[in-house]
Amino acid sequence: MLEALQYEFMRNALIAGLLAAVTCGIIGCYVIVKRMVFISGGVSHASFGGIGLGYFLGITPIVGALFFTIASALGMGLVTRRAKITEDTAIGILWAMGMAVGIIFIGLTPGYPPDLMSYLFGDILIVPPSDIIMMLILAVIIILVVVLLYKEFLALSFDEEFATVVGLPVERLYFLLLILIAFTVVVLIRVVGIILVIALLTIPAATARRFTHDLKKMMLLSILFGGFFTSAGLWLSFELDLASGATIILVSGVTFLASLFLSRLRLMTGVGRG
Amino acid sequence: MTSKEVVRLEDVSAHYDGVPVLEGVNLSIYQDDFLGIIGPNGGGKTTLLKVILGLVEPGRGRVSVFGDTPEKGRKYIGYVSQYSLFDRDFPASVWDVVMMGRLGKTGPFRKYSKQDSDATLRALEAMEILDHRDQQIGKLSGGQQQRAFIARALVTEPQLLLLDEPTASVDTPLQTDFYELLERLKQRMAIVLVSHDISTISIYVDKIACLNRELYYHSSKELAAEDLEAAYRCPVEMIAHGVPHRVLKEH
Ligand SMILES: Nc1ncnc2c1ncn2[C@@H]1O[C@H](COP(=O)(O)OP(=O)(O)OP(=O)(O)O)[C@@H](O)[C@H]1O
Ligand SMILES: [Mg+2]
Repeated sequence: MLEALQYEFMRNALIAGLLAAVTCGIIGCYVIVKRMVFISGGVSHASFGGIGLGYFLGITPIVGALFFTIASALGMGLVTRRAKITEDTAIGILWAMGMAVGIIFIGLTPGYPPDLMSYLFGDILIVPPSDIIMMLILAVIIILVVVLLYKEFLALSFDEEFATVVGLPVERLYFLLLILIAFTVVVLIRVVGIILVIALLTIPAATARRFTHDLKKMMLLSILFGGFFTSAGLWLSFELDLASGATIILVSGVTFLASLFLSRLRLMTGVGRG
Repeated sequence: MTSKEVVRLEDVSAHYDGVPVLEGVNLSIYQDDFLGIIGPNGGGKTTLLKVILGLVEPGRGRVSVFGDTPEKGRKYIGYVSQYSLFDRDFPASVWDVVMMGRLGKTGPFRKYSKQDSDATLRALEAMEILDHRDQQIGKLSGGQQQRAFIARALVTEPQLLLLDEPTASVDTPLQTDFYELLERLKQRMAIVLVSHDISTISIYVDKIACLNRELYYHSSKELAAEDLEAAYRCPVEMIAHGVPHRVLKEH
């Protein structure tokens, strides 16, 4: 690993991975405890529309993705809250529409987009410094907002009805959380790609939840897991010449399953002793 | 009336998807009221509380809470809902949850103060769950959770307490303690208590109302037998064996 770090692209990749770990560690916890996995999946896939728009307009695709993702997150929030249709139906529809928009725009753009695959499946080894700066800014915003509104988000996640009665602007907080999820998605796209974002949003937090029942500790633990997953995945993909995004996800998944297995084992031996 | 009116409902009707749940409800709750609401399942008791809290928009009629809209007035209300549908795995301790009652007092962007934690401590003591303060909320028993939710309503230091079957799964010793706590609290706030246990609440409440889509209420502790029969749609003898005579009006 250390010798690999003499390359600038490796240092950038490591930084990108750690930024991803911080954002998905924090926001992933809300996604898990507030059961927003499906809406997050919808937001991340719909971001493909933004990538396509970016190509079409000739701007950096990730900038297109940022705006498109925020818009689709708010759109999904509005539809699921206000329209009289089931939440998962609405998300499913917008999920597919976002991707369709992306395909249409890419079709309208002359030539074949050179790095399309890296947006779909992630390629942490080619993250340009400009994207790292954007990821850094988004991560700082996420941390600031969560630090400032920690207790409000906790109440929102636990019991919306009570939070409403006690005077919190529940709907606005929910939309703010959706925007933070959109930010996180954009940070993660570079690392694991649109299709695999949802794994990094959920696996570190779900693993962390097995070890604590305090949300703050869960976030810290989840950041640590995320950091381990991205750097171990990055190293493995470098050594074995595998796709980085997929390797990161497999490392995460295997660790999560191992933690499940270990606690099963502990439970069984515990029962045996008792 | 010399006492201040805290809630006023005028000709309020509410429905879910076109099905009427409340019809023509008129109700005034005063500062020093301790009002019990009884009624059959599906009679609209929970809905009535939610209308007062601004959680359900009435189809018709006017609702005023502390002289304002429910959305503005509800900050003076402490609420214990009938069911709490939260995730059993949710990463929060009893302390964290009860503290949430202080959100309205603290405001955004800052940490809870010493005052907030003192109030939380007192409420946990009053509900006798201080020993469980660091336990995960979802890992408590149903009755212990209910105590935590009552504590959470108390720390808001409300001027009106809305309790939707708060003692349904609380054990008998604490129920008695709890009603005695309410006796003390009613010096400081108005209390509305929804319950199915007519004989118990009739000991404690000062006024009683009966709700089945329509509200039968005479600002007193007496209910006419006809009202009860109309609300429950069955002979009064079947509603509760020995509905205490202090509740049933003499003919
Ligand atoms: N969210 C909802 N959507 C549709 N219908 C509802 C909803 N909530 C309640 N209802 C209906 O409104 C009626 C009144 O319900 P409510 O919960 O107010 O009754 P209740 O008096 O509290 O009953 P219980 O004694 O069982 O708690 C019921 O017929 C119920 O089916
Ligand atoms: Mg009810």
